[in-house]
Amino acid sequence: MPTEYRKDLFADERSDDFDIVGKPIIRQDILGHVTGRSKFYDDHAFDGLLHMRCVRSAHHHARIRSVDSSAAERQDGVVRVLGGRDVPVNVNTLLSLINFGRDDEPLLAIGKVGYVGQPILAIVATSVRAAQEAVDAVKVEYEELPHVLDVEEALKPEAPIVNEEYPNNTFDYFDTYDHQKLRFGDVETAFSRADHIVEGEYQMSPIEQAPMETCGAIAAPETNDRITVHTSTQALFFSVGVTAKQLDISSARLHFIGGTVGGGFGGKVDSHHEPLAALACLATGKPVKYMWDRAEEMQVGGPRGGERWRIKDGVMRDGRIIARAFTGFFDAGAYTRLSSYAVQKSTGHLPGPYSIPNVASNVYCVFTNRTPSTAMRGFGITAVDFAIERHMDKVARAVGMDPIELRILNAYRDGDMKAHRREAKNCALIESCQAVAQKTGWSLSADAMRASSKVGGGEGALGVIPETVTDDEGRIGERRRSGLAPEPLSGQGTRRLLPEGYSSNNSSAFGNAPQREDMEAEIERLGFKGATVVSSTPQGPADQTASSARPIEPRETAHAVHPAGARGGPSLPAAYTQRPASTINQPIAQPPERAPGTPVVQQPATPPAAAEAENESAATHFQRGVRRPGVSRFISGSRRR
Amino acid sequence: MLEVQTYPTVGEAASAMDDRARFLGGGTLIMNRVNYGDRRFTRIVRTTDASLSEIRAQGDRLEVGAGVKMAEILASRDLDFLSPAARAVGGPAIRNMASVGGNLMAPHPYGDLAVALLALDADVRMVSGEEMSLEDFLARRNGVVRSLLVRRPQGDEFRFRKVSRVKPKGISVMSMAAHLTRSAGRLSGVRIAYGAMARTPVRVRAVENALEGVSLDLAGISAALSVATEGLDPPDDPIASGWYRREVAPVHLRRLLLGEDAR
Amino acid sequence: MKSPVTFWLNGSETAVFVDAGANLLDVLRRGCGDLSPKYGCGQGGCGACTVLIDGEPHVSCLVLAETVAGRSVETTGGLSNGPDPHPLQRAFMEGFAAQCGYCTPGMLMAAKALLDRNPSPSRPEVEEAISGNLCRCTGYEPIVDAILEAARQRGAA
Repeated sequence: MPTEYRKDLFADERSDDFDIVGKPIIRQDILGHVTGRSKFYDDHAFDGLLHMRCVRSAHHHARIRSVDSSAAERQDGVVRVLGGRDVPVNVNTLLSLINFGRDDEPLLAIGKVGYVGQPILAIVATSVRAAQEAVDAVKVEYEELPHVLDVEEALKPEAPIVNEEYPNNTFDYFDTYDHQKLRFGDVETAFSRADHIVEGEYQMSPIEQAPMETCGAIAAPETNDRITVHTSTQALFFSVGVTAKQLDISSARLHFIGGTVGGGFGGKVDSHHEPLAALACLATGKPVKYMWDRAEEMQVGGPRGGERWRIKDGVMRDGRIIARAFTGFFDAGAYTRLSSYAVQKSTGHLPGPYSIPNVASNVYCVFTNRTPSTAMRGFGITAVDFAIERHMDKVARAVGMDPIELRILNAYRDGDMKAHRREAKNCALIESCQAVAQKTGWSLSADAMRASSKVGGGEGALGVIPETVTDDEGRIGERRRSGLAPEPLSGQGTRRLLPEGYSSNNSSAFGNAPQREDMEAEIERLGFKGATVVSSTPQGPADQTASSARPIEPRETAHAVHPAGARGGPSLPAAYTQRPASTINQPIAQPPERAPGTPVVQQPATPPAAAEAENESAATHFQRGVRRPGVSRFISGSRRR
Repeated sequence: MLEVQTYPTVGEAASAMDDRARFLGGGTLIMNRVNYGDRRFTRIVRTTDASLSEIRAQGDRLEVGAGVKMAEILASRDLDFLSPAARAVGGPAIRNMASVGGNLMAPHPYGDLAVALLALDADVRMVSGEEMSLEDFLARRNGVVRSLLVRRPQGDEFRFRKVSRVKPKGISVMSMAAHLTRSAGRLSGVRIAYGAMARTPVRVRAVENALEGVSLDLAGISAALSVATEGLDPPDDPIASGWYRREVAPVHLRRLLLGEDAR
Repeated sequence: MKSPVTFWLNGSETAVFVDAGANLLDVLRRGCGDLSPKYGCGQGGCGACTVLIDGEPHVSCLVLAETVAGRSVETTGGLSNGPDPHPLQRAFMEGFAAQCGYCTPGMLMAAKALLDRNPSPSRPEVEEAISGNLCRCTGYEPIVDAILEAARQRGAA
């Protein structure tokens, strides 16, 4: 039976043929590519274009004693020198647009630099050469500070503070912990009854995306007091939001043009060029280009963050993995950017595509004096996947088992309960393993060849959320106060049993009020995207007893300001937070179907009032997008999905 | 701001040189610096002198003009012994631009052709007429070069190998050249040169000495392999660490000397 | 200081004033309005700016603009014959040999230089011909395939 996808929205635009795979097609944009006529951001000509170069930190970590740009300002061709104080809202964090994390990164550094190449001044001149010469003429006096380049060194109590907004050198999760926690079942007890304990450590270096086109933007004055920005960004609306915030102007004044990107691979989401170019355009009234050269792209372009993972498995003689514990360190570099999210993403991925009844992880988003890392093709997943699969081979050797058979034995089957409390569906690892074995002439046992993702899923304990041991270890600031290096999964702290079936999915991304009113629309859009996550945020009694009851320690930093109500729970319309997960893939107004016998874990206990609101507004929002006066529904999540 | 000065003869160009000037050959080194805003020089000096592009026999040696491009070496039958090294430089576009003279000046880890010339005991003829060994030239690297003088090696006694991580084109992890002269069936007076293993291409005397009087087989060269990096402190760079270069040098030296296939 | 330079761009006589030290890439893009060659590195390392000078491939970011005086420069902007794509362009289109498209103009010029000299190259010859051109999206296989296909099409025509 053909599946209908979103017919409510795209009835005329989509067929259900799904016959494209395997056939050659001509790309829509390829005529422009092969004739050299595709317009990348730098392929727009402007009269009197000005060029911008940055004065950059010479040190990993230093206090800026003084900056003297007087000689530079006098040089031929120099039009304007911009510093942090010229930026209306100098400090930002990328995910502030979805209200996740605190503003921690200056557009132009004031007072201190946290990595080599961090921009301090932006110089606008009539030619690249003039800008380069002016950059050289700026004198910056530094007082070098001790720096830290290794994630575990950074977690030591005596480590220098990399990022004052996060004085523990870790991103704060849920205002409570210095790491992202996952607890599922009871790993310690399972380890004690396992036949083998297999441990391993795995590491991946930072990787530069190295797009062929370097990052950049051209901002030019437009009529009607608007600014046109041609940009290489991969995240056009993200960049609009960041630019509006940092320049403290309405996004209605920003006309962003992009989409033709000379390779991105994640490295073009950081939204640094657009605000700087637009700021310079405002300051000079002229078109300004801010383009990295290749050396800058390699040195200061945010790479995929380095990661270090430790895995400890409890394995039975027959190859069943009964417990798996992770400690992960994600190197954010000097500022958060997207690393906080990468850690959550990696945690959501644990323990890999395997049904393991007891899983625990502590994953740290660590600040070091390296170039801040950012998105890159599966970031947060690639390194831990590498670690997991190397570790599977190690486990196979430890129990003397064929590595593919070990995977088939432990693979998710439809109906298994995953560690992040979702039921596994549409599993295909077993079938993939069988296909690989067949294609490569690898012989598998008859049992392994007979196995199927559709058979045996959810059997016994594998289908339910087990009774789970929790703990309070790793509260924010605990390590620095106690003078202890982290001892992840020490089993210390308050051990509390969560009842069977308890789902603790908790998303701080949607839990806080927006920092600015005009960002609500952004949250709503992302709310749509994240609907499957949000829908199970506990709102009912379970949350009261377990999650909210945790004492919250007062934050130590003086300047961490949250608007009132920041912790007061979701401010989103009920439609976004209360909708059942299954709605997203189902035709509207049909009750979600559930196979008989499937445990009820995805739906929170919904208060009656919210449930009523849901019936009405979930459907209407879904169809019409954002219904806020002045917000175009054409930029709504529902339209753009 | 920059100034470009073009002279009809290389002699005039050479006399226009000073600390604030750079001599433009094929452009692959100097234009790179210009594009990155190098303020150590303000003048680009160049010449349209055709004599710099000549390849001609002089006595028992070949004189190769400093302006001869890698692509021209590849096209020259007289210089076929240099083609493995010339082909190792860049892709076709770079080889149409990069000159012999520039290769002598190329910073680490570049300069693969110079490694071959060093092993072949080439001499450098300056515009002033002064002649010196390439080894001496590389030690100071100044002045304007008119040409290189090199003797054609006999038979299969010359070997060159470039090690890079990307094929068919990649920057050197290292390059190696050997001129394996023999006397009475034994190696004698051998010259070995490495590129990307020091600040400039270098001769490796420890290896040369260890090869003196031995036979060219695994047993014969084992002593040389054990001193493959003696006296060298290979640099770290984005292509490879110094540690890595040291570790793999003996393997590549063995392959070079014994003519083993790298793949 | 600007100086005048006259050369042939895709068959048309072209005169521009160039800044001292300007590279050919900037002059083509800003002075002549031919945006087909791309800046990728400014070091000759990526090949995105490859153009043909007197029929031979050069990385235009490292060519001092005034050295092309009186010479012929070909770019991807002049590759198609009116509305008809060049066989290489057609093969790239049909063979999915471009993704982001940023390396494509340089790849095409490197390939054209090869086919002009060697109408039926072997696969290793094609690989060598584009060895100075980096691609970060598609991978090289479809590009090599497309160049070989273009050679076949030309041979058949």
